Order: sequence, then C-alpha cells, then structure tokens
Amino acid sequence: MSATMTSSPGATSGVISTAPITDQDWRKLGKWGGLCALALVLVSLIGMPVGLDRRILIHPVLSLGYLSLLWIPLVLGFVVSKRIELEGVESPEPGSRDLVAGALMGLAGGIGMALFMVCLNIFDLRDPLVNWSPKLLELLNYGRGLSFGVVAWIITCCVLGLVGSSIHVVPAAVRRVVSYATFGLLSIAVLEGAIADLSEGFGLEFLTDAIYAKRGGITLVWSIVLAALIGVISVLTKGKFKAAKANYSELQGPERKRASRVLFLVVALLTLVLPLFLGTIMNELLANVGLFLLLALGLNIVVGLAGILDLGYVAFFAVGGYTTAVLTSADSPFFAPEMHFAVTLVIVVVFAGLVGLVIGAPVIRMRGDYLAIVTLGFGEIIRLLFMSDWLKPYFGGAQGITNVPGVDLGFATIKGTDPRSVFYLVLVFCALAIYVSWRLQASRLGRAWMAIREDEKVAEAMGINTVNAKLLAFVVGAVLASFSGAILVAKVGSVFPNSFMILVSIIILVVVIVGGMGNIAGVLVGSFVLIGILGGPRQPGLLHEFQSFKLLIYGALLVFMMLQRPEGLVPSARRSQELHQEEFLQDVWLKGDAHEADEQVAEVHTEENGDSKGQQEGGA
Amino acid sequence: MSHLMEIRDLKITFGGLDALSGLNFHVNEGEIVSVIGPNGAGKTTFFNAITGLVDPTEGDILLDGESILGLDPYQVTGLGIARTFQNVRLFPNMTVLENIMVAQHCRTSQLVFGALLQTAAFKKEEQEIQERAKEVLAFFGSRLVGYRYDQPAFVLSYANRRRLEIARAMATQPRLMLLDEPVAGMNPMETAELTALIGRLRSEWGFTIVMIEHDMRVVRDVSDRVVVLDHGVPIAQGSYDEVSTNPDVIEAYLGRPAEDQV
Repeated sequence: MSATMTSSPGATSGVISTAPITDQDWRKLGKWGGLCALALVLVSLIGMPVGLDRRILIHPVLSLGYLSLLWIPLVLGFVVSKRIELEGVESPEPGSRDLVAGALMGLAGGIGMALFMVCLNIFDLRDPLVNWSPKLLELLNYGRGLSFGVVAWIITCCVLGLVGSSIHVVPAAVRRVVSYATFGLLSIAVLEGAIADLSEGFGLEFLTDAIYAKRGGITLVWSIVLAALIGVISVLTKGKFKAAKANYSELQGPERKRASRVLFLVVALLTLVLPLFLGTIMNELLANVGLFLLLALGLNIVVGLAGILDLGYVAFFAVGGYTTAVLTSADSPFFAPEMHFAVTLVIVVVFAGLVGLVIGAPVIRMRGDYLAIVTLGFGEIIRLLFMSDWLKPYFGGAQGITNVPGVDLGFATIKGTDPRSVFYLVLVFCALAIYVSWRLQASRLGRAWMAIREDEKVAEAMGINTVNAKLLAFVVGAVLASFSGAILVAKVGSVFPNSFMILVSIIILVVVIVGGMGNIAGVLVGSFVLIGILGGPRQPGLLHEFQSFKLLIYGALLVFMMLQRPEGLVPSARRSQELHQEEFLQDVWLKGDAHEADEQVAEVHTEENGDSKGQQEGGA
Repeated sequence: MSHLMEIRDLKITFGGLDALSGLNFHVNEGEIVSVIGPNGAGKTTFFNAITGLVDPTEGDILLDGESILGLDPYQVTGLGIARTFQNVRLFPNMTVLENIMVAQHCRTSQLVFGALLQTAAFKKEEQEIQERAKEVLAFFGSRLVGYRYDQPAFVLSYANRRRLEIARAMATQPRLMLLDEPVAGMNPMETAELTALIGRLRSEWGFTIVMIEHDMRVVRDVSDRVVVLDHGVPIAQGSYDEVSTNPDVIEAYLGRPAEDQV
C-alpha cells in the first residue's frame, strides 16, 4: 500500500487556488462517497482481500488482496474531482477545491469501511455472508487491533482520494511520468508468471530471479528502480508513438500499402516465433485465446455483420467437438471409424453447415429479442441431447467420449500435452477466419448483411433475399465455431457435454461486445483481454487468482463498457459513428468548410440547369 | 394491347377496414402516372401491395401479363419494380456509395467463394457494381459524388436523403419505379429540381413511373395521367386538366358545397 503512495506525486505543489475550498458540490460528493464506501464493503464481503492476499505484488508491502481495495478510493477520487469541460465555456482552473473534494470523498469511503469493520467485530453474519470472518477483520486492521485499523483506513482512504484528485492538479508531465510508472510497475508485478515464463524462454532467468522475491512479488528495492526506469522511458518516448501513428495514417497509396505490409509481416513473424520461446503455461494460454478468438470471429459475422443476436452459438462448437470425437476416437461407443483429423474436418464442415441450416431455418424468420430467446433454447437443446440417456449409446451421455487422438502430421503429433503445437494449429484456423471475415465484409454478401442489420424490411424491398442471406451468415458462423470445437477436442483428448454450457455462448458474446462488434481487430483485442488475462469459462487466464471472481469481473466490465464505451475497446469506424452520431455530425460540419465552398458553387449550377429543365418539361 | 402493369379488382382488407376495394389500374411502358388522393385513401397500401409487402385479399396484379401475386418483396424487385418510401428509409450507417451498391444485389450473383478466392469474375462484378453506383449517383449532379461517397447516409441533409433513396431505387435497374411522395418536405427550389429529374428518369433512363404526390404543381408538370383514389376506390382518372376540374375530385378533397347538403 505504501508503494502506491511513495510513487504518488508531490501532491499539492504548484496549486493555484481559485475558488473557496468550501464551495463544493455536496450532492455529488455524497453520492460518490457513498459509492466508495459501498464498493469497499462489497469487495471485502465477496472475499477478494482474503482470497488474493497470498498473491504478493511488492514484496513486503502490497498484496493483490489489498490492491483490490485500495484502487477504489484512488480511482473514485480521480472521478469525483473531474470537471465537465464544455467547449467555449471557460472552466475554472483545477485547484485546492478539487483536492478537498477528493479527500472528502475518500473520508466518506474510509468512514464507511470503518463502520463495516466495527460491525464485523460486533455481529456474526457468517451464515449468509461466508466471508464475514474474523480473518477478514484481522486482514483489514493489519493485525493490530480494531482501533488501529479504523484510524488507518480512514486516513488511507482520505489520502488516496486526495492523491486521485491531485492527478488533475499536477502538471501534465508529472502526471504522465507518475501514471506510467505506477501502471508499469503494477503490470510487471501482476503479470509475474507470464514475465518469468518469457524470460526463461530467452534465458534471462537471472533477471527475474533478481526482480522478484522468492515468495512472489517485486522486491522493494527493485520496485523503486523499475518505477524510476519506466518513468525515464516514458519521458524519453514522449510523443514518439503518436508521431509514428500520425506518420502512418498520413501515408497514402503505394507507400501506405508497403507500410501495412511491413507491419503485417512483423506481426506475423512475431506470432510465429514468440511461442518457441514460451513455456507450456503461456502456450496453453495462447492456444485457449486462439480457440476463443476463432469462436468470437465466427460470432462476429453472425452478430456484428448480419445483426442476428445468436445466444446459442455454443451449439455449433459442440457439434464440431462431438463430430471430431466420434470420427477419430477409438472409444466412440457406437461408430468408431478412427479417421484422420484432416478427413474429419471436411465432415465437420458439412455437419456444422447442416446443423446451422436446420437450426437456422426456423429461427431466422424471427427478429430481435425473439430470435435471441429461441437461439438460447436451441443452444441448450443441443447440449442436453448430447447428455441425454436416449443418445447415450451414440455419444456416451454425461461420460462423453474419451481417448481422442491428437492430430497426426506425419512428422509430429499435435496434442494437448504439447500446447505449442496446438497453438500453431489454432493459429492457422484463426488466420483463415480472419481472412474469411475480412473478405466477406467487403463483398456483395457483406453489404447485404449490413443492410439487413440496418433495416431488414427495406433490405428485402431492395432485392435482397433476406432469409437466404441470414442463413448464410448463420452457416458461416457455424462452420468457424465447429473448427474451434474440433481443435478443442483434439487438444483435450476428450469431449463432455458440460464443456458446452450456455456460459460459453455468453462469454463469447461478451468478448465480441467488449472488444468491438463488427471489427476484426476489436475481436482480437477482446479475446486477448478477456480470455488471455481473465480466462475463459474453464480456462485460467494470466490472472488465474481471479478465477473465482471471473464472472463478477466480466459482468462489471460489461456494465462499465455499455455505459462508458458502448462501441468496444477497438471499435469499427462504423459503430463509433453510429453510437456517437452527434459528435460525428459536428465533426463533419466543422471539417465541411472546405467542401462547402465547392458545394455552393455546384449548387448554383445545378439549380440553373434544374430550372431551365423544369421549364422545358412544363412547356412540353 | 398489353400493359406493363395491370391491376384487376384489387381488394385489401385490414380487419374490418377496406383499405382498397375493387381497384382497377394499369400503366403502359414509358408512362408517368400520378396517384393522388386525400390522406387515408389507400395510396401507400396500393404501393405496398404491388411490391409484395402486403398480401391482397382479392384481385390480381399482373406484370407483363404474368401474375406477381404471392411473390416475396425481393422477387418483385428482381422482376423490375423498385420503390422509394414515404418516410425515407435508407441504411443510415452505410456509406452513400454502399447504399447504392447494396441495391444491385438482385442483379449480381457472387457469393461466398467468389469473395474468398477473389476470382476474376468476383473482381469484375465488384468493379461493375461500383461503376454503376457512381453512374447512378452522377445523375444527381454534384450533390452525391466525390467526398460524399464515403460519408454515412445519416450525415446527409433531408433533400439529399430523398435523392439517395431515388438513386437506390434506380440502382436495382427497374422497369417500373414507384415513387412515394418524392418531393415531400422539400423547398420550392428543390422541388423544381426534382421535378425535372423525374422527367429525365423517363427520358434518359427509360423508367416507367408511378408516383404518389401531394404537390399538385409536380403532378401537373410531369404526369401523363392522374388517378385519384378516395376510400380505396378510384374516383377519377385522366389528364391533369380533366381530373382537376372533375367535381367528384373536388368533393373528395374539399367536401361538398354547403347548398348541396341541404
């Protein structure tokens, strides 16, 4: 905890006081203070501090458990002292008034926390609230008694609120250095496993051995060194990235093409070479990200392009998985031809396409919410069919099908015990899926899907066979999902109906929405952030400590994104235009000056022509 | 002689309400026919019936002597009937050019594999789609060209949206074009311009046009024939001059003179 404070700026330096500090928006303060207290209590009660306390970030002082609480007053302090800046209206200089606001907000949060600790001490609500434990109380008061804890929390929250609000006050350069140093240091601490794995691959163990303490966490000395290092780097690179980006977007024609090609080659080379240096865990993680990326790309075609909200997408994942298992496994209960994976894939495509048609045909005539609910139903039906006693002789019921062999390539075998090979297999299919999405997007069919998403009735009146077009989207999505299922089964070596819970559909949808619907890059980023960092429905991510809080974080993230950035992390240009129409119109209007002059000239011409033509017609 | 489109005894009932009852109507190749009538006369329902959005209760609709009854809207468009909507219904988040390109769907054929393999046929078709789209947009002078191509349709002004909708209908390469109040909400200058354009749609592009319109100056200037609907029944047809002096029409619009009611 003290680490965040040491790296905080010299809070009140250079403050220009403009308004009296008592001139506060008390309502706003009350609201955010209450929110802060509520968030602190909630996070404590769901067990995050206790559960994550063993994960140490900075060796003796800060654990992930404490961090899960401490960020709240810091961030809310930043938020509460933020002012709405209106264009053309002079807003008052940020000053001590804002600092007081942040501190007061923190104070409210701290008092809430203190009351909670007192309650913890007096009452015993362990029955409904499992984490209402003396252990939590002990953790919260740092093992030094209630009174110490109460005072400590009030002061800590107050200071953190102050620090959060001071972000607005300090000069931009300081803000930049401090925020980079803090975030950089925290990332290095949190991603310890990944970094250790990576440095081991490059033969740099001695570095990680030095930086990280034995029981985990950066040592205090190194954390100061690293923070300073990152700070220096941030000063040195200031503006470089932006300049490079601007340079790139200014390039035109063949030069732009060449630059894009170089960029593509670098990224491709990196994805090909990097896994060679990564350990088993990281490769496993990448393979999982790839599997979900494949699913998300497929769903992106269905939801993002054609606008069909399919909540039963997991059905096709299951069909791909089961088809592969039945055709390749020697233990398949009814029919075991033990085919090669490559042959199986062809049959998987046909099968998934057929199932897509069969499910799609009745569903596709519905719209909006109704369609979502019916697909939800079909997704469950498929899983329950595989689990049923009725089909047990064919698919093994709840026991599933085991002993699925890996992919035999002649010179090597791709299987789960060698996640690197699985990653390369997934990579091939992801590349294929990206190519398919990219090409279809800019084709006759892609335009038809977009038109259907915009206005289905008009699309039909403009000559688009909407039923066929939607079915095609469904089938393309189904085929991509079935690839993912096939690879999953070959990787895991078995298939069970419980791998295809409804949660999978929902998580893929969240990946698409959070990443940026309708945008390939968005889906890529979405699957890396959600599946890679937080983890999939059963697959651990980089932050495997959060395993038990994963769904909560998913939900919170989804709510936050819907409120603050509905177009996703990396939105498609079209969607951000759609969701920020007013801003876009304003931009067009501001940029329109150059065009306007031309337009007026042109308008005069056409009007003259129009009038004379009109008279001719009238005369005739 | 055969008409381009003929409608026989068309009757459409919504619940107990007769939107159209016993409508007989025809259009010849190359004609511009205006359909006028007071609000609720059944004009838009008439268009919806032709384009397959509403199923008639009785009667028949013939295009070139063949019935198009029971076809889906996209099939009707494929046979060469395009329409615009009374309340402009573009694809607002698609660009101006894409709005026109997508309307050529029924005249083109490439599907998944052409796009994936980037076949020569696919590239050629894309090229043609784009050229045709630009050709169609060029019809409206400088209003929808150049930098406008890549702007989303929601950016356009009201009059430009109306123009774009007509362009979209043109892009489906129809024989018969149904315009639902093409100049509604436009100022006199824009109205005059569009009136001229409607004339050119026939003379340059060879479309036959059926138009619903309330602006009598436009109706007078462009139409060969005017059909007046009231309560789902045609009460008069003929040239503008004949219709505009017809006592039934005047009554439908203005009501009966006071002395007759006594």
